[in-house]
Amino acid sequence: MSEYIRQAILSGILETFEMTFFASLFSYIVGMPLGVILYATSKGRLLENRIVNAVIGFIVNVTRSLPFLILLVLLIPFTRFVVGSSIGTVASIVPLTVGAIPIVARMVESSLNEVNPGIIEAATSMGASPVYTIIHFIIPEATPSLLQGGAINVATVLGYSAMAGVIGGGGLGAIALQYGYYRYQKDVLWTTVTLLIIMVMLIQEIGIRLSKKTRKV
Amino acid sequence: MSNVFELTNVYKTYKNDGKEFEALKDVSLEVREGEIFGIIGMSGAGKSTLVRTLNRLEEVTSGSVKFYDKDLASLKARELREVRHSISMIFQGFNLVNQRTVLSNAEQPLKIAGVPRKERKEKARQMLEIVGLLDKQDVFPARLSGGQKQRVAIARALAADPKVLLCDEATSALDPKITGEILDLLKKINLERKLTIVIITHEMSVVEKICDRVAIIDDGSLAEVGDVKDVFSNPKSNAAKKLVFPSNPFDPSDPSGRIVRIVFDGTHSSEPFIANLVEKTGLKVNILSANTRSVGGIGYGQMIVELPESSEDQKTIIDFFTEGGLNVTEVEHHE
Repeated sequence: MSEYIRQAILSGILETFEMTFFASLFSYIVGMPLGVILYATSKGRLLENRIVNAVIGFIVNVTRSLPFLILLVLLIPFTRFVVGSSIGTVASIVPLTVGAIPIVARMVESSLNEVNPGIIEAATSMGASPVYTIIHFIIPEATPSLLQGGAINVATVLGYSAMAGVIGGGGLGAIALQYGYYRYQKDVLWTTVTLLIIMVMLIQEIGIRLSKKTRKV
Repeated sequence: MSNVFELTNVYKTYKNDGKEFEALKDVSLEVREGEIFGIIGMSGAGKSTLVRTLNRLEEVTSGSVKFYDKDLASLKARELREVRHSISMIFQGFNLVNQRTVLSNAEQPLKIAGVPRKERKEKARQMLEIVGLLDKQDVFPARLSGGQKQRVAIARALAADPKVLLCDEATSALDPKITGEILDLLKKINLERKLTIVIITHEMSVVEKICDRVAIIDDGSLAEVGDVKDVFSNPKSNAAKKLVFPSNPFDPSDPSGRIVRIVFDGTHSSEPFIANLVEKTGLKVNILSANTRSVGGIGYGQMIVELPESSEDQKTIIDFFTEGGLNVTEVEHHE
């Protein structure tokens, strides 16, 4: 492996981390509230609202069922509008975020659904408002599960980030594609793949440890 | 004494898959200040629904629930939350937040009410002291036993200085010894803090042990309500009889034989009336089953006896008991 490729892989690692970090962050900023709304507005929940639930649920389902590669292409005009370009690491963050939002939303919803309804009843009987109950009872009680879901989401984003290489995104995925696939450099392919696997395992491990540390049950 | 709760003609109907289900039918009762009021019934009788109408966790379909003369249904969401600070509740499943410490759990109602941090910690510690768990304040609920969890729930329920405590099958998940301890604690709190308590249960022993008055709910309707000693010594409704008296599994040994139930209260339980019967009339009865229970220190009991075949003898025996002030009722076969 030439020094040039070694350098490329090194910056590829940083780019992958950059994309994964920001896309995960942004997808949680949007996806977490969406997940909470999906949970709270569903049948029998604190803020039951069929219309809101159906609308958000529909949008989430549609975006989630699009293959990520297709989403990447579809979002090119939007990406260009947001960051001024459709290629490069920064540009990849946009479709990665959009693609991860529905996954985050459903993951958050399912974590909150695990919370014992009795706790909600107890909170209500103490005179807590629905919003207070969600913030101070349901989310704290769901924290270990939310963290576990978080690790899965971040690992998914990392996997998606490799795909962004196809439409000119940066990171390890792009290197694997350009050198490993188009130029038959098997050593580069295997190196990048190994690195990606290690990164996913690292994220998974951190997530599980955090979740275990917070779980008091 | 004023009424804490006043229920008037309360109905509750659930609609499920187009089918209607009447969980409560025309329930009217009142809960008086300072008393421990029991609501007993078989599972599915509607008692959990009934207790939830008291803090409007369940809306009534018709009728009214008044809390200190305030109709709960008329309250706006904010007013209702305010009122709920005065109506605490504990549950069969404890419902503590597992991710928070014991102290933090006990603080919850105060935090909701907006009490400053330092003050509410102090108050929560006082409450934990009352239930005897101050040393566990930094522990998480998962490390506690069932009885301890219910104590934390009681501390939490008391923290906001409620006027009434609702207990929804609060001891049903606990073993008899721990149940006894929790009931003693509730009685102590009732006396010391003059706290009105409403207890939902399916266990007669709970009512027996600490309730002043009791309501019997049967299939969504109020079967009977009254002082525990009255209901226990002289149950009028079938539902009450079923709960108070164990069923009689015996048939008369002769087809023409009769089986009767003799019920006696404290004033008679010290008299050897069967022996007296034999001595005075020379007639014998066959005791099929008997039991006594103590309600507020007074003994109540019942005995199921088979009478001799001759109808003359039967009359003599019944008259003897009735004249002695005992309550004699016919027992149907396999009741």
